[in-house]
Amino acid sequence: MKFTEYLKYLIIGIVFGFVLMKSEVVSWFRIQEMFRFDSFHMYGIIGVAVVVGIISVQIIKRLNVKDVYGNAITISPKDPSQVKRYLIGGTAFGLGWALLGACPGPMFALLGSGLTIMLVPILAALAGTYTYGLLRDKLPH
Amino acid sequence: MTDFLFQPWPWYVAGPIIGLTVPLLLIAGGKMFGVSANLRHICASCNIGNVDFFNYDWKPAAKWNFTFLGGSVIGGFLGGYVFANPEPIALAASTVSDLQALGIQDFSGFVPDDLFAWSSLGSVTGLLVLVLGGFLVGFGARYAGGCTSGHAISGLSDLQLASLIAVIGFFIGGLLMTYVLYPIILS
Repeated sequence: MKFTEYLKYLIIGIVFGFVLMKSEVVSWFRIQEMFRFDSFHMYGIIGVAVVVGIISVQIIKRLNVKDVYGNAITISPKDPSQVKRYLIGGTAFGLGWALLGACPGPMFALLGSGLTIMLVPILAALAGTYTYGLLRDKLPH
Repeated sequence: MTDFLFQPWPWYVAGPIIGLTVPLLLIAGGKMFGVSANLRHICASCNIGNVDFFNYDWKPAAKWNFTFLGGSVIGGFLGGYVFANPEPIALAASTVSDLQALGIQDFSGFVPDDLFAWSSLGSVTGLLVLVLGGFLVGFGARYAGGCTSGHAISGLSDLQLASLIAVIGFFIGGLLMTYVLYPIILS
């Protein structure tokens, strides 16, 4: 593994983690505020991020932008006919997101900020991921 | 000059930067922005019990994703420790009064100290928030095939109907927890 090849992912990750902290997206309080519809803050962040994302992806697709290695950029589509999977799985995720007040990115950024207790939800999330893997064939998709 | 590094950033600054993560990762190497896949790769790397779902060549996908995740931890250290904002978060007054009514007393940091401490593992409330909350995030993200980054940001950026359904699920679960279950858990 050439380190220089991965340096770009490290830098993008650092900027991502830094913005999560500075914008307080990592905050349990901000998630409470969002689900109570008491502030525009979280909706502004997710909304603008999606608009910037849509414009960027459209530009990449329409102009056939290549990646830095000259390869065509392909985005594999998700199968929207699996409504149960997205709705039930999404609801389970939403219950956890509101309960813990953090989704996966913020869990790790908070750990980095020195909040060592986040190791517990990270291990629990790994257990949850593992449990899904075990039960996958028995769950509706 | 460096004041902005210590201050909280408004939504119109943070939103575009988070959105740009999507094209940056695509152009950097055709990678799709998503954090929860890391949890699957970690499970695959040890795969106790040889579970089918974790039997795949995880190393190529994990290399860039773990590097990105490591960067997020460093970014968290820089943004939340080195350049920490000394002021409490400027929350909506109505949220603060709602939470005070539920017994939350500490509003000084990113999370309430009452819940996010090692000592809170000794209480049922603490276990529910930290262990059940984390479990549902991991279980739900994999069941739905993505989390906030993979569905709400990446998937919606690519106008995927599946991601819209997942995000609707996120809000069904989130609202149910906030308005129905959390008041019971904190009582």
